[in-house]
Amino acid sequence: MTNSLLWTPLAFGIVGLFLPKRATGWWAVLGAAVTLGLAVALLAGFDSGASGLQSTVEAKWIPELGVDYSLGVDGLNLFLILLTAVVWLGGTAFAAFRDQDRPHLFFLMMLLGETATLGAFLAQDLLLFVLFFDLMLVPFYFLFGAWGSDRAEGPSASAATLKMIVYTLIGSLLMLVGAIAAAVIAADGGQLTFSIAALVEQGLGEGSQRWIFWLFAAAFLVKMPAFLLHGWMPDAYRAAPLAALVVFSGVLAKVGAYGFLRVVLPLFPDATVEFQEVVLAIALASILYGSAMAFTQTNVRLIAGYSSVAQLGFITAGIFALRADGADGAILQMVNHGLVVAPLLVIVAILAERSGSEDLREMGGMAMRAPVLAALFLIVTLATLAMPGSANFIGEFYILNGLFQEKIVFAIVAISGVAMAAFYALRLYQRTMHNRKPEGIESREIDWRDGVVLAPLVACILALALYPQLILKRTDRSVQQAVAAVSDKQPSKAVARR
Amino acid sequence: MSFQAPTIDYAGLAPVIALTVGLCAVLMTAVFKPLRRTAPALTMLTLAGTAGLLIWQWGESTDLVSGALRLDELAISIALIAILTAAVAVLLSIREPAVEEVGSGEYHALLLGSVLGMTLLAQAQNLVSFFIAIEVLSIPLYILCAANLRREESLESGLKYLIVGSLGSATLLYGMSFLYGGAGTTDFDGIAAAIGREGVLGDPLIGVGIAMAAVGLAFKASIAPFHQWTPDVYQGAPTPITAFMAVATKAAAFAVFVRFFDVALAPQSGEWQAPLAVLAAISIVVGNVGALRQPSLKRMLGYSGVAQAGYILGGLVVASEAGVNAIVFYLAAYAFMNLAAFAVVVARERETAYGDDIRAVGGLGAERPLLAWPLTIAMLGLAGLPATAGFIGKLYLIEALVAGDYAWLAVFIAIGTMISLAYYLPVVAAMWMRPGAEAQTPGAPAIAGASPEADPTDPEAGRRPYLVAPALLAAAAVVFFGILPQPLVEFAERAGAALF
Repeated sequence: MTNSLLWTPLAFGIVGLFLPKRATGWWAVLGAAVTLGLAVALLAGFDSGASGLQSTVEAKWIPELGVDYSLGVDGLNLFLILLTAVVWLGGTAFAAFRDQDRPHLFFLMMLLGETATLGAFLAQDLLLFVLFFDLMLVPFYFLFGAWGSDRAEGPSASAATLKMIVYTLIGSLLMLVGAIAAAVIAADGGQLTFSIAALVEQGLGEGSQRWIFWLFAAAFLVKMPAFLLHGWMPDAYRAAPLAALVVFSGVLAKVGAYGFLRVVLPLFPDATVEFQEVVLAIALASILYGSAMAFTQTNVRLIAGYSSVAQLGFITAGIFALRADGADGAILQMVNHGLVVAPLLVIVAILAERSGSEDLREMGGMAMRAPVLAALFLIVTLATLAMPGSANFIGEFYILNGLFQEKIVFAIVAISGVAMAAFYALRLYQRTMHNRKPEGIESREIDWRDGVVLAPLVACILALALYPQLILKRTDRSVQQAVAAVSDKQPSKAVARR
Repeated sequence: MSFQAPTIDYAGLAPVIALTVGLCAVLMTAVFKPLRRTAPALTMLTLAGTAGLLIWQWGESTDLVSGALRLDELAISIALIAILTAAVAVLLSIREPAVEEVGSGEYHALLLGSVLGMTLLAQAQNLVSFFIAIEVLSIPLYILCAANLRREESLESGLKYLIVGSLGSATLLYGMSFLYGGAGTTDFDGIAAAIGREGVLGDPLIGVGIAMAAVGLAFKASIAPFHQWTPDVYQGAPTPITAFMAVATKAAAFAVFVRFFDVALAPQSGEWQAPLAVLAAISIVVGNVGALRQPSLKRMLGYSGVAQAGYILGGLVVASEAGVNAIVFYLAAYAFMNLAAFAVVVARERETAYGDDIRAVGGLGAERPLLAWPLTIAMLGLAGLPATAGFIGKLYLIEALVAGDYAWLAVFIAIGTMISLAYYLPVVAAMWMRPGAEAQTPGAPAIAGASPEADPTDPEAGRRPYLVAPALLAAAAVVFFGILPQPLVEFAERAGAALF
């Protein structure tokens, strides 16, 4: 089951190479749909009462090097897997409705990307995780570089892509060294293993934790991207083809945040406690900087990009509250943000097609003859700014709640991010949909093709708003475990417990 | 007084004998006109026969010629890599102008001679056999580099290689004489025993000997700062020979590096580990920085080879079995990646007017997908991205380094890999992505120093099965061993186990 979920996309992608050009897109959509079906089946079979991993797959891969092929599902990754499947289906369908240059390669890369991302979420072996984490870059290198568009401002698509790859690989190569160092040091001359569970059991000395922590943290913070490590983001967002950007922004950034929960907290608890405030400071800087940039940018893609920086800052802050409610909120918010940013980017693409520009100053008045589009956009906007009643509100509430009880000063600063989110989300909506319509722009209702892509994504947002317990109930147990390792190390709590 | 005739282990010597016989036979075809066309086939036959004999000897560990040579799994695995490379080089040499210019028989006989030297070098465990083998390896290569008689760059390349190579050999020989002076024996085991004895340990004579021998070997393996000849020679030599040199010479040099340091100098490992680590770090930095912005693919691969030699040297630095395993694994992976890349370079060199300039592969993804895929996989593999053998090789090396307390060198490998993306990925970009503004200079192809072969010699080269098949197979091996590395891991483990 887990195995077929992981490899289905890639299998469809390879078979798609041998189909006629016109069919590849729909074949890829079918592949993404089957994957979604498998992910839903995984959810249905998930036992929220059980602790530990479920639907595990264990096999020796390179025994000489201690690397196993081991996959598993628990509360931490279950909904991220589901998010991956949903967003990928949307992105692939969006691409299939449009003519693609060299469709065989395009859809192969899309589906390879899905397999790599699912692999990163599923992997329970540290090295396998690093491998899939790095592998995610390969398809996106091709997608961004070969199908991206050169912009007047900024570097060419291939230069922007190279920049993105170098940035992210710097992180992940250091992470490879860190992973190997963690395993070798933990084994201490004994049998080498990369199994995350076994490494947690063996434990690492405080001194080693301190430097290995940063090797991992750097990789995850670049991926998100966090403030100061976001240099690749604007150029890459500007150049990327939209279908690929939808999945990239919707899912890939979350792998970094997920890595903190899966690897860093359990494996390096001492270092996590030690550097808690440093990471929180980075997270807050991301919130403030991302928000500030989001309401000064005029390029609609970059507004989405910078708002992601801010949102990922929130998620990081939730994780590094080092409390169960903060981390619960972080997982919920990862899913929420994925579900929000994907339709947002699709809408951005639709608007850009209408106005022939991605500049906010040249847009406006789009809502006039497009009530359905306006309604869908409004729902997405309100979810982005975490309107009470949306699942985002609950996610942010949990995060802030966790942060308040732990670090009240940080929480107060973080709250300003909520206010700023309202500002940039509404600004985006107003400037595009309301205001006076400039000359030469047509306001047209979205056609059924885009509707088919958008409506289900928006439906997911609404469903989660009505029933966020769907996620919280299933994640709580795993989150407790992940956080428990750290909270034992916190001096304040250890004293309180005594 | 009775005379005891030495026992000769013909089974152990069989691969060397087969190569020598084949070499003579190939040379004979140059003399008899009707046989001239048979030289490549005869060479392939010799290589296949030798490979068969080597595989037959797999699992044996025998001392040959009174201990001058030792046929073990390390020697066999390295010899197999050299033979595989030579076989691909023979295929790539079909329709190569250099072959016509020097004569097919001579060309292939020299190639076999170099393979013979490599096979011997991988087995050498005596200073004398070590030196003889390295000369047998090198001298045919000096000539082969200059085989393109009508091209000035090729002649220059041969001469440069001759001078620098001789300098390396002389340094090596001088260092050996010091070692002999200090230890009183030429035998690797004897040297180890002598160094182990009290009084000799820390002897400056031995120290100088080790240093000079290391420098001589570094010349051969193109480890910085003794690499200056590499880019020039790689660029000037006929491309099939460059491919052969890049892979096989490196493998053979590392085989003897391993045997020399991990057997003969093992007792003194504390003294040479740190200097070699520094050498590896320098090589990683110099190679990776040098490869940046090189328009010539052969030159870029030359510099990348310097960087890769630095990575591989890391496996030697830790002086452990895991390190040797990692070296053999990486050498095998490196062979597949480089052969895939060079096969494509050869095809494009003959097909386009750009020579080995990076423009020769522009738009290859659309034009010749069967060539673009191998080159893409080779570049991604050399850059160490996952799902390629290059990734597993780096993993292997880094694991050995961290376990051997050289984590800082592992970090160097990681940093070097990052830099390397900036020259590997542009090749991929040139094949698949729309050219950037700067690359779109229209007009006639101006040959700006980077292109040895100006005129397309074979407009159909991109379809020739003898070029496409090796590229595809090598690339398939890179992916296969990246996903299922187990067979290659076991191969490498046996090689390492032979020494420790």
